[in-house]
Amino acid sequence: MVIRVEHPLHERRRGRNRGLGLILVGFVAIVFGLTVVKVLQLGDVSHLQAFDHSFRPGLIPIEEPLE
Amino acid sequence: MSDTSLESPLVQDAELGDYFALLKPRVMSLVVFTALAGLVAAPVQVHPYIAFVAILCIAVGAGASGALNMWWDADIDARMRRTAKRPIPAGKVAPSEALGLGLTLSGFSIVLLWLATNAMAAILLAFTIFFYAVIYSMWLKRATPQNIVIGGAAGAFPPVIGWVVATGSLSIEAALMFALIFMWTPPHFWALALFVRSDYGDAGVPMLTETHGRQATRRHILIYSLALAPVAVGIGFTSIGGPVYLAASLILNARFLWWALAVWRRDEAQAEADGYATEKRLFRISLSYLFFHFGALMVESLMRARDLGVALPW
Repeated sequence: MVIRVEHPLHERRRGRNRGLGLILVGFVAIVFGLTVVKVLQLGDVSHLQAFDHSFRPGLIPIEEPLE
Repeated sequence: MSDTSLESPLVQDAELGDYFALLKPRVMSLVVFTALAGLVAAPVQVHPYIAFVAILCIAVGAGASGALNMWWDADIDARMRRTAKRPIPAGKVAPSEALGLGLTLSGFSIVLLWLATNAMAAILLAFTIFFYAVIYSMWLKRATPQNIVIGGAAGAFPPVIGWVVATGSLSIEAALMFALIFMWTPPHFWALALFVRSDYGDAGVPMLTETHGRQATRRHILIYSLALAPVAVGIGFTSIGGPVYLAASLILNARFLWWALAVWRRDEAQAEADGYATEKRLFRISLSYLFFHFGALMVESLMRARDLGVALPW
């Protein structure tokens, strides 16, 4: 038989845990939103691309032929 | 776990609201308003989301310093009627929890403000928390009757931080917004101290009303009100001022001085006869005084943003 005894302490702790959970989720959402805004503020990010350990011909600047 | 440990009379299991009460939400609301005013008045536009995060960080930082203050002052809070129901003296939150909450929120708010805006704003927030928790709470509050005067600086920093969030640097406008709250705090608190029968003396806190007497407090209110007026009106002549602010400031300062003068002219017998009506009036006026000054600064900024601002000849 399962004994279930609800004490006011359990209610308080449940409320506290839910509140803390919401605060943590809110914190993650705030940091995520901040990251999105900061990245968008960089504008065109293509200039930040680099070879990154492997050779990527697409990143070599095209040289204009001399006339 | 036994039943006796569940019902410990010393520290009960706290609810979330008890932790929130540690952050002094009413003080936080003033901090949010003045920080927002400093941010809006600045001549540099900030992305709305970054502005939101910055204001949140400043509010949480202010709350953290409130929790540290309650941790340090738990002994005197327990001895005063006004503060005896705070979470620590009421036995709802353990002092160590308040200390942990204060330090954690301080760290989070400072680092996040740095990441969201700039290092200078974060340094100013860190200094504000240090000033309130250490300089004011731990040192001045119990040492000098001028505690309110110097401690008022902690409450004067938020608009400066808001300004630095936007511009990244200090300026005369930021300094004047600081001076406005700094000079406003003493007459505001002393007006309250005159009509609230406090037990600061029993708790060992040297308030001006008890160390120098109530008549000296009335004189101090008038002196600080006289010093406050030129600072407040002076903001109107800087780049963030304008005709709307100047008109509002002149009216607000004339009204504030009028009632400060009325408080100075009275003695205790007169005050007790009408239930401290004039002192209560000055206290209420001091609240709207600060609200309308910073509100006028935001109106000026919004008018400039919509090209409705009127350039003054200087």
